[in-house]
Parts: sequence; structure tokens; C-alpha cells
Amino acid sequence: MAKLHVSTTINGEPMEFLCEPGDTMLDALRGPLALTGSKEGCASGDCGACSITLDDRLVCSCLMLAVESEGHEIRTIEGLAHGDKLHPLQQKFLEEAALQCGICTPGMLVASDALLRQNPRPSEEDVRFWLAGNLCRCTGYDKIVRAVLETAAEMREQGTRESRQ
Amino acid sequence: MNVIANNKWIGQRTIRPDGVDKVTGRAGYAADTTMPGMIWGKILRSPHPHARIRGINTAKAEALPGVKAVVTARDIVDFPVDKSVMLGIQDMRWMCRNVMAREKALFPGHPVAAVAATSEAIAAQACELIEVDYEVLPWSIEIDDAILPDAPILHEFIKFEGKPSNIAGRMEIKKGDVAEGFKQAEVVVERSFTTRPVHQGYIEPHACLVSVAADNKTTIWSSSQGQFMVRAMTAHLSGIPQSDIRAIPAEIGGGFGGKTIVYLEPLATLLAKKSGRPVKMVMTREEVMRSTGPTSGSKSTVKIGAKKDGTIVAAQGTFYLQAGALPGSPIRGAVGCSFSPYDIPNVLSVGFDVVSNRSKVAAYRAPGAPIGAYAVECVLDELAEALKMDPLELRLKNAAKQGTKAAHGPVFPRIGYVETLQAAKAHPHYTAPLGKYQGRGVASGFWFNAGGESSAQVNITEDGNVVVTTGHPDIGGSRAAIANICAELLGIDYRRVSVLIGDTATVGFSNLTGGSRVLFASAMVVTQSTEKIIATLRERAAKIWEIDPEAVKWENGAAHPASPNAGQFEPLTLAQLAEKAPQMGGPIGAGVQLNTEGAEGGFGTHICDVEVDVELGIVRVIRYTAVQDVGRAIHPSYVEGQMQGGVAQGIGWALNEEYIYNKDGKVDNPGFLDYRMPVCSDLPMLDAVMVEVPNPKHPQGVKGVGEVPLVPVMAAVANAIHNALGKRFYSLPMSPPKVLEVLEGKG
Ligand code: FES
Ligand code: FES
Repeated sequence: MAKLHVSTTINGEPMEFLCEPGDTMLDALRGPLALTGSKEGCASGDCGACSITLDDRLVCSCLMLAVESEGHEIRTIEGLAHGDKLHPLQQKFLEEAALQCGICTPGMLVASDALLRQNPRPSEEDVRFWLAGNLCRCTGYDKIVRAVLETAAEMREQGTRESRQ
Repeated sequence: MNVIANNKWIGQRTIRPDGVDKVTGRAGYAADTTMPGMIWGKILRSPHPHARIRGINTAKAEALPGVKAVVTARDIVDFPVDKSVMLGIQDMRWMCRNVMAREKALFPGHPVAAVAATSEAIAAQACELIEVDYEVLPWSIEIDDAILPDAPILHEFIKFEGKPSNIAGRMEIKKGDVAEGFKQAEVVVERSFTTRPVHQGYIEPHACLVSVAADNKTTIWSSSQGQFMVRAMTAHLSGIPQSDIRAIPAEIGGGFGGKTIVYLEPLATLLAKKSGRPVKMVMTREEVMRSTGPTSGSKSTVKIGAKKDGTIVAAQGTFYLQAGALPGSPIRGAVGCSFSPYDIPNVLSVGFDVVSNRSKVAAYRAPGAPIGAYAVECVLDELAEALKMDPLELRLKNAAKQGTKAAHGPVFPRIGYVETLQAAKAHPHYTAPLGKYQGRGVASGFWFNAGGESSAQVNITEDGNVVVTTGHPDIGGSRAAIANICAELLGIDYRRVSVLIGDTATVGFSNLTGGSRVLFASAMVVTQSTEKIIATLRERAAKIWEIDPEAVKWENGAAHPASPNAGQFEPLTLAQLAEKAPQMGGPIGAGVQLNTEGAEGGFGTHICDVEVDVELGIVRVIRYTAVQDVGRAIHPSYVEGQMQGGVAQGIGWALNEEYIYNKDGKVDNPGFLDYRMPVCSDLPMLDAVMVEVPNPKHPQGVKGVGEVPLVPVMAAVANAIHNALGKRFYSLPMSPPKVLEVLEGKG
């Protein structure tokens, strides 16, 4: 069967790619689009290593067909930093050692970013339930939860400071 | 020990050198690697738990358009069963049969053939076209079934007490005379326990990419706990000399022991050789669960006797561990570690290695030790109760210290076990109030720790910065600790040190990342290399100043005259000396290779609080404190991370994780949905308390820290549940149905 042509927006850039009808978004990202930051841990929607956002909604890219991205906005870990400026979550993950092997980290960061976008004031429980779809086998989650809570606090602080200026 | 005064970087929470790559998604793991002309490999796996392979017909698969190569056991170097060929702790007789079934398929998921094709889909389709003529045989999965007198025998050549048996090995340690010891005991507790196999559960499935040129020059990119292990095992199994193989360590997405052996690399190598194309292989999660790891399931009996004042006089343990289909369960860890925290005059500890039709077990964090500690530490809890003693008091009374002869042989040097008990006792957690259906448990654990081979190369760049290359994959932040050490010794900012993991062609032999050995060993070789460099730098400065090198000291990143009588000179910085290198003797670098010794055992004591939902049988861990003697925390955040990660895994093992088999002898829960590892909302914050009793045999006082944290957890949780409910559990996992059974008085 001929490949399908898909036009979409990834991390703010218009993109086009070819895929098989059955390819997942994760296949397309890691294959033709060469964006290997999203990882495959399970391919069944259970580990969150492949987390991306589709029009600002957090999804498992392994559960979404590549063709479903047609005309939509995708964001991946590669879009989190601005140039050489890390996202505050990325910076905090580094400072707090919220990663060990790092394989869950892209998914954790994308999911945490999605959380902070819709809830800038999460409680520990909010963070824990939001991230319950992202498995990490190395850290025991402690440092990840701390990093997300601290980033949220700093971003709020930053926001207040900016709005005062 | 060489105490470094006023540490600037050792003990600091610096940013890891590989961090930015990892938070931006740029770090290259094995599955992220590609190569021009690359094709895909897939494995055909046995559907049967036990079957003789009478023949394999690959003709149809080979004829499928797009298929480039097919391999079976015929293509793999055979290691006949009558002579062992050891590579580290692995026997190549079993490795060659684990990578691909030879005479028999021994578990569902056992590879029987592999295909390389232009796409993954074609390779998978080709696997289905391979015809295997199986003679299905009776099988056994559980230890109890496998050791029955009429159990189906997996390997005729394995004999126990003169007869073919599924007991592949026995190990014993002995101290004093247990029978005599028990005669002196006034209180004796004896209990039996079972545990289920649990998987290491790394989030990254096994993956590799292999290119073999026509002259056999082979390059392997793979995620493993040791590129040198990958090279050696692939060479053994493919027949390609080690010197022709270059194994490049990709970043590794977790291992916990499970990536200390090869599964894919030899197959990809043979497929690449046959097809003339680079071959990539990536396991699915289901393949990971069915055919790699896990650690052993077990059954054990532990008996401990004490005097009324709490002095333990005798202890005995019997541990049966599942090996999976091929010999090699971690009986040494169970037999050797479980009594080691205690000074007991009479000990007998025996282990049996039992094969059955499951996937071959792989190392998992302190292999065997958690299984032994679970039994011993639960019995100690009952003993404390019987003696009406505080459980930490009982442990303190019997704790091993400097000079104690451990049950497994060595006499302990200065160790920090007592300190962990004292810190736990003094921790506010230990006396915090508890609510209804809440309970508190404690347990301790020990792991041997290891040294072994390590190599490092340290080079000064022309602009005066530093590149360190070591041979150990960085599985959880070791690069950060190495940067701290190197910067400390040189007296420069840690950001000027970059730490690389060398491949097998660029750095000297280095053994696995495993056994909690990496920082212990690599810190030694990095320290010695850096000391050589400092000597060179002092010589260079001495030459420039025309004084004796002895009259030059290295401090704060620069050469200084050692004393006023050496002369008056402006300091020469690392950058200045690097710039002058071409005129002053050439490039500055040093490498060291060592077989490191002096790794001392590690101890931890944990406190766990649980709350039991008595309606649903769900146990929640609501507070957890892990205390550990970490020797010296070179990078405290990553030490804490190891402790917290180990605890989380232990909580999973205690409460939920297990391999469930169906009536056909197949794993019924081979995915993350049904094999339930702890998720973020299952856990509380995990308090990691580091006690630092430096290892006197290490330049920075390092002790291994990665494995101890898993050892006490299952017992701590079990003891906490007992404290909450007044009922004991003797089998893991303590999952809701089991808890309900016990609550309803049926367990
Ligand atoms: S790979 Fe998508 S959720 Fe695991
Ligand atoms: S850091 Fe390894 S899985 Fe999260």
C-alpha cells in the first residue's frame, strides 16, 4: 500500500512526513521525523515514556496513529527548551537530580509541563496522580515530585515578579 | 585514608555532565541509533514451556521478499554441556543456550530462530513462516513441582546426589556448630517463606545495532551494563575474535542487574554477518517480560535461637531459589548475606539452585540478598516480639561490628551497621504516633559490594580543561560523582571536567556496572590517573621555575612554590601549563588500569509505616525512612536517588509485583498494565538518611551504595503490616487478595 502523506505542526514548525496507515505517532516521531527524544517503553500506553501533547492535551504517542496528527499541533520533549535556554522544569530536574538513567525523563518532563500549564499550583497529591501514568523505575519518584513542585513555586514567583514590573 | 580537607566538590550536589542531553531528549540510547542500509532483526520464540526441537525449516522464511538472513542455533558457537566456560559469573554453556534454544526449548519465549529483513513487519512475518518441529514435553514452573522425585528433568546432565535432577547446585556456609548453638537457645523462632519472581523492570527494553564488515570488523551499539561483557560474550557466541569487535556503550535506560548479560547482540551480529547489512534489534515490552530477567522466586526456612536477654546463639537458613531454565540463581546472595549483619556464633546457611521452565533469571540489585533478608528479618521481628524487646534493640545487641567474623567468612573492618541502627532509633520517624490500621516495621540488610577491574584515562585539553574517560556505563549518575572527584583533586571547577564512557576500543578493560562497584572502582583509577597528571604538572612548573619538582605544590588548580624558600613565583594555572605543553614535554594525560580491591560491604536499616485498608485489603506505604552507611557520599543526590529507587522497587516486590503463570505454563501478565510496578501515586516521599563511615581502603572513602537499599524493604513492609494488623504474612507479594484472606482468617 502506498504511504500516507501527513502535514502537521511539531514544536511550532510545520512538518510533513510519510507513514503507513498503522504507524503510531511514536513510530513517525522516532522514524521519519528523527525526533528520538520520545521513548518507547511499552507501546501499550502504560509507561508514559512516549508522552507528547496533541493540541495541548497530554497523550501517549504510542497509542495515537501518526495520521491523526494531520492539521494538529504536536509538542515533544525536543520543543521544551527555547534554543539554549532550558525550560524551568528541565533546569530543576538537573538541579534536583530528578533523573537517574534518564529514559523516563522526556516523558516525565512533557507530562509535568502539561500539568503546570493547566494547574500552576499543584499539590503533592496532584503531581503524584498526574504523573501516575509515567513510570520511573530508578528514582522512586521522590526527587521528581520535589522538582515539579519547586518549579511550580518558582514559576509562580517569576510570574508575580514579571507582572509587578 | 587520604582525607581531603575543605572539599569543594566532593559531597556537593553538582549538575551531572550528561544531564542536559538527558533532559532535552538528545541522549542516544541504543534504540535511538540508526545506520545507513540498516535492516531489522526479529526473534521467533518458543510457544511451549518445554519441548524437544526435532527440526527447523527456514526455507519459506528465507524465500520471503525482503528477508536478508535467518539464523538458528546452528549458527551460534556451541559450548558442550560437559565443560564449563566461565565469563565472570556466567557460564557460556548456559549463555549459548539462553540466547538461542539448542536441543530443547526450555521456556515460553525461548528464542528458536532469528530473522533480519528490510522492515520490522517483514521480519515478523518471516518468523511466522519458520516451521519448527517440536516434541512437547511435560514441564514444571514452581520450585515445589521441579524438585518432586518424578518431576520432568530439564537437563539430563545435571545430577544431584547421583541422580538426574532439577537441583543444579548447592552452596553452604557454616560457622560454629548450629546444633550445639540451638541447645543454648531459650527462645527459638522458625518460619518458612515464599517469594515470587519479580522483574528488574527497567523502562528501556533491550536494544542493539550491529554492523559487521566483510573482514569481520564488527561494531555494536547497545545498552548494557558493560560494553566489555557485550564484546566478550558476542565474541564467544559468534566466533569473531574480540579484537575485531568494538562495543560502543549507548546510554542505558535502567538495568538493575538485568542488563549484565546479552540477549540480542550475538543474534544481531550473526544476522549482520550473514546479510552483509547493519542489523537493529529492539525487544518489545512483552519480550522483555517473557524472556529476560527476572530474579528468582524462592522458598526458604529460617530458624533463629536466642537467650532470654536477646543474645542470638544460633541461626539456620535453607534457601531454594529458582534459576529459571538454566542453572545460576543467586544463592550466594541469599546464603551469604542474610545473616551477615549479625554477630552469631553458630550459623548454617544452605542454598539450592533449582531449574524449571521459566526464563533464566538475571541479576537484580543485590541478587539473592533481599530474598534471604526477607526471611531472616521477619523471623527477627517475631523473635523480638517473643522476647518483648524493641526490634532495633535486638539488632543492636547482636549487630556485627569491626572485628566480627561474618557468617560468610570475612572479618569485618570498620563498618557502619551500628550507626545505621542508632540513626534509625534516633530518627523522629521511629517514635511518631500511628493511627488505626497503621503499623510500623523495621528491617536491616547487607550486601557484599564488589571491586574488580577498572580503567580510566584522564586528558588535559589544550585549553586547560579535563576529559575523563572510564569504561563503565553510567546507569544512575556515576559521571557526576567522577567529575566531582576529578575537579576536587585538580582544584578546578567541576564544570571544566567532562566525563565520557569509552568504548571497548578506546579505554582499557573495565568490568560491568554491577555489584555496586562502579564508583568504588572508577574513583580509584580516576584518582590515580589524576595524581599522575598532578605530578606531571608539578614537574612542568618546576622546569619553568628551574626548581625541584618537590618544591612545587598543586593547589586550587595551579602550581605554587611549596614554601617561601622554594622561591618567589606567580602560580601557574592548569590552563597556563596546558598552553605551554607543546614546548614543555608534550600532551598531558594519564591512564590507569587496576584490579581494585577493598570494596567493603554495605549496611542499611529501614523504617516503614503502612496503612491497611481492611475493606479492600490494600496496603499503602505512608512513610518510609531508609538509613544506610554509604561510606562517603561523593554526590549526595545520586546516593539518595539510589536509596529511594531501591526502596520503591522493594515496595513493589513486597506488595504487588509477581509473575503470574497460566495453566499452559505461560506468563499471564507480560505488560506494565498487569505487572504492576509502583507508580507515582502509590508512594510517599522516601526519606534517605546517609550515614557516612568512610571505607578506609578507598581514597575517598567510597562504599557501594546501589544495592543495599533493596535488601531490607520486603521485611520492613511485612513487619509493618504485622504491626498494623497483628497478623503475619509469610509469602510475597502481600497483594490485596492475600491480605483479605488473612484478614478473614483464611490465610
Ligand atoms: S511507550 Fe507509550 S506509554 Fe509506554
Ligand atoms: S530515571 Fe530511569 S526510569 Fe526514570
